[in-house]
Amino acid sequence: MASLTSLDKALLNMMQSNFPLNMYPYKTMADKLGVTEEGIIARLEALKTAGIIRRVGAVLDARRLGFYSTLCAAKVAVDRIDEVAEIINSYDGVTHNYRRAHEYNLWFTLTAPSQGASRIIIDELIHKTGVNIVSMPALKTYKIKVALEMEGDDHNK
Amino acid sequence: MTIINDQDKAILRELQGDLPLEPRPFASVAARVGVSEEYLMQRINAMMDEGIIRRFAAILRHQKAGYTVNAMVAWKVEPEQVDRIGMKFAACEQVSHCYLREVPSDFDKNLFTMVHCRSEEELNLLVLNMSELLGLEDYSIISSEHEYKKTSMKYF
Repeated sequence: MASLTSLDKALLNMMQSNFPLNMYPYKTMADKLGVTEEGIIARLEALKTAGIIRRVGAVLDARRLGFYSTLCAAKVAVDRIDEVAEIINSYDGVTHNYRRAHEYNLWFTLTAPSQGASRIIIDELIHKTGVNIVSMPALKTYKIKVALEMEGDDHNK
Repeated sequence: MTIINDQDKAILRELQGDLPLEPRPFASVAARVGVSEEYLMQRINAMMDEGIIRRFAAILRHQKAGYTVNAMVAWKVEPEQVDRIGMKFAACEQVSHCYLREVPSDFDKNLFTMVHCRSEEELNLLVLNMSELLGLEDYSIISSEHEYKKTSMKYF
């Protein structure tokens, strides 16, 4: 996809912070941006096809739902890292998994229905991969922000 | 922790997916859950107020949105300084996440930030500025080399 137009940027900014929660959300955004509802829907289709928008929906608070999340890390021999990552990926509670430039070279997030359940999964992963996995749960959250300001946004200043 | 009834779970199950691209997207969601559109909107707003839904939004792929360089930066911060520094990091536009973590003894950097920039130079400069401004000398930039998985959690 070619670079984002100023309308795309305005739309993405709006959808990251102020998605209208009413019966006609696309119409509401179209009116604010001075374009048609069909135009908005077409742009969103394009942005999804291009992979810029992963999805539109709710982001739930794991803790409020009683779920337990933690960041895990492992030191994996380079020739085994793809295989180990694949075993880790097979768990639904693993949502992010990255190879990183550090002695701890594999980092993944794990969300489970409870702390005990996460411990069981981690022990199972240690057993299946033969690699030690450490858990680094958050003790305090200072920021969770996910909206990224798109530059050159003339529509929405 | 909040106890969620089965109907709200059914609503959340739909909303953790992708909202349909049609003029009345919530009407389709409501039909699948078996409630009215008005009631669905009411429940969504109520669950946002309760904090069960943290936000309702477009989730972007950062790299494709122009934020090509992301790094996890872990900082060693003295316990009595953590709140002050954590709040400073939180105020920084390019920092998307900041957590104090329980860390193993062979990893002594306890304050984690996720930093998003448009170039390697911007990132290095930002981290250097953060380090100098806050007097934090001991840190690691732990950049990602390969994405094995990135999805959204399906809770129900």
